[in-house]
Amino acid sequence: MDHFPTNWGRPRNDAFDAYGTYPIAQRPKNDAFSAGVQHTQQPIVTGTSVLAIKYKDGIMMAADNLASYGSLARFKDIQRLHAVGDNTVIGAGGDMSDFQYIQTILDELMIDEFTSGDHQTLGPAEIHEYLSQIMYARRSKMNPLWNSLLVGGFKDGQRFLAYVDLLGTTYSASTLATGYGSYIAQPLLRKAVEGYEDVLTEEEALKIIENSMRVLYYRDARSLNKYQVATITEKGVTISESRQLETSWSFAEGIRGYGAQTQ
Amino acid sequence: MNRLKTGEVNLGTSIMAVQFEGGVVIGADSRTTTGSYIANRVTDKLTHVHDRIYCCRSGSAADTQAVADIVHYYLQMYTQTAGQPPAVHTAAALFQKLCYENKDGLSAGIIVAGWDKDVGASVYNIPLGGGMFRQPWAIGGSGSTYVYGYCDATYKDGWGRDETVEFVRNTLSLAMSRDGSSGGVIRMCVITEGGVERLFVPGDQLPKFWEGREVLGAATKKVAGETEVVPMAVEV
Amino acid sequence: MTSIGTGYDLSASTYSPDGRIFQVEYANKAVENSGTAIGLRVKDGIVLAVEKLVHSKLLVPNANRRIQTIDRHIGLATAGLLADGRHLSNRARDEASNYRETYNSPPPLKAVADRLGLYVQAYTLYSSVRPFGISTILGAVDNSGPSLYVVEPSGVFFGYNGAAVGKGRQLAKTELEKLKLSELSTREAVIEAARIIYLVHDDAKEKDFELEMSWIGDDSGGLHVPVPKDLFDEAEAKAKAALENFE
Repeated sequence: MDHFPTNWGRPRNDAFDAYGTYPIAQRPKNDAFSAGVQHTQQPIVTGTSVLAIKYKDGIMMAADNLASYGSLARFKDIQRLHAVGDNTVIGAGGDMSDFQYIQTILDELMIDEFTSGDHQTLGPAEIHEYLSQIMYARRSKMNPLWNSLLVGGFKDGQRFLAYVDLLGTTYSASTLATGYGSYIAQPLLRKAVEGYEDVLTEEEALKIIENSMRVLYYRDARSLNKYQVATITEKGVTISESRQLETSWSFAEGIRGYGAQTQ
Repeated sequence: MNRLKTGEVNLGTSIMAVQFEGGVVIGADSRTTTGSYIANRVTDKLTHVHDRIYCCRSGSAADTQAVADIVHYYLQMYTQTAGQPPAVHTAAALFQKLCYENKDGLSAGIIVAGWDKDVGASVYNIPLGGGMFRQPWAIGGSGSTYVYGYCDATYKDGWGRDETVEFVRNTLSLAMSRDGSSGGVIRMCVITEGGVERLFVPGDQLPKFWEGREVLGAATKKVAGETEVVPMAVEV
Repeated sequence: MTSIGTGYDLSASTYSPDGRIFQVEYANKAVENSGTAIGLRVKDGIVLAVEKLVHSKLLVPNANRRIQTIDRHIGLATAGLLADGRHLSNRARDEASNYRETYNSPPPLKAVADRLGLYVQAYTLYSSVRPFGISTILGAVDNSGPSLYVVEPSGVFFGYNGAAVGKGRQLAKTELEKLKLSELSTREAVIEAARIIYLVHDDAKEKDFELEMSWIGDDSGGLHVPVPKDLFDEAEAKAKAALENFE
């Protein structure tokens, strides 16, 4: 409500340059319509890195339980690993509402396959291809699904591990990491896994994953020390309960100042 | 990113919902602002969408009212066709769908809470992007950012009705005292199988916490252990 | 069939003077010509069974299934025109998936039966279409437990504890009524279902048939799936044995 009667019936101040401050061509547009339709959104509630490696029996994948809201650690017990059928797990970083949407469309897809009654099931390779088509189609509409995803699986004696992101970019390797993990964890994973994919046991794989998650927790300000690990093997999918990271800080007790200071 | 359109009325808000055995307590402040002008000081942000399901609205008043009205309509239709009242999850799923599919145009942060015969009491948080998260307790709106620490430190599983009401009242009072976009009165609802009970805390009877009264009070002789107010130093 | 030639039986959009819609009644005749389908709603699940008549020795075994899956937890069996059954099951899948999309939870069977009833009924209103020549048994285990419905060509649907449609429905119903359905386990119901299908099959008129059975219950993990081979074989063997004792 405008309380100045002299303004009544006139264009609103915020839409009208009353003092002629700007030439017409440069007049700032800040009316109710200036925003127009903005498609390319921004992620709001976000998850951070996902890690995955190949090992002797299949694929191991990990992600922490945090959904951030900017720098606020808003939801501390959400799951970012999701089983699709009996042979596949997807792990997501990026916008969590888009990830939930991806979960529902994949669920729908799996039901369509189930009801067709041909006793064929989609494996990780098909699911990854399907996701890449959807991600690319959405980015081409200038309305991407704001995620980086890892798809891991084991079907017909074959391991599968691949990446797809909001642009529709895909690649595959024996170690993969999204987000911050691609800078920090990926070098560690490569050193530990490449060349040993067929000999690493589940225990050894878990050690490697655990260690990388710990380094990420030390250096990623949007991470949490609570995480889950999924394994996909011949026996199917298991996603662990949430587990706590062990971290070490005691070495810091004796540190004084930032240079010459000694007390 | 400014999600409000120019001149839009904002529920820069403090809202909350907490489940307990047998029910939920929801609560909200009553301030609605346009910029720094208080457009309404006695707003009701606790919105009925079904007999045992309410939502707490934050964000744009226009957007959240429109969304709540649509969900209200859907739930009435659901009740008639299914022949039974909807689950809280059903209501939350409808809110989520509307908020997600229209995320480009909406600024709506909604908490859905209520009671149903399938799972009893439940609380769902649907923040800005349109995700859906079930939580034992949820806070939202601009005021909530000031009280995450208080809630984390205070909340315990297994509370009864009265403890839960007190938790909501104290949390909202703290949020309203620190957030300029929240204020006025506290409105609360206790939703159980038996019905919905409205609770009201007038703006002059809010629970009080540390307010720095000694700083504002008259100058008195310094007592041992008490801190003294010193005028701010001015550099010349 | 005194109504034939009176002119009131040419269109579903015309009543006869005594208030009947002959096209719907003819649709029921199409159902009666079909092999029997039965559904059992028992203590902890649902069993569907179909007597699928095999018209030709050249047909591939297990082709042209008459039991279909609608959603993870919903099964459908039809008696009548096979192609109509396929069309209706596709529609049922759409309805189930639409419910999931809206409410983000698995559809209760009542909701699907409700919508399917409306759809079938719409085909009794217009001169440009013919009513569905099928009776449809819908079975599911949803959040309210096991449930079973039958949708008729007229569009009406009822809930049942035991249902039978098609050629041998009368005898099948008599057999179903003898069972204590609410006390049976799903496993026991499979045996009974196979026995009933073998019993109602008329050897004299129809030579070959295939038994088709599916179930939903704890043993199937809440999913609608074909009865596992070992149990199927056991049920079929017992059915044949029971038939010999009966005769």
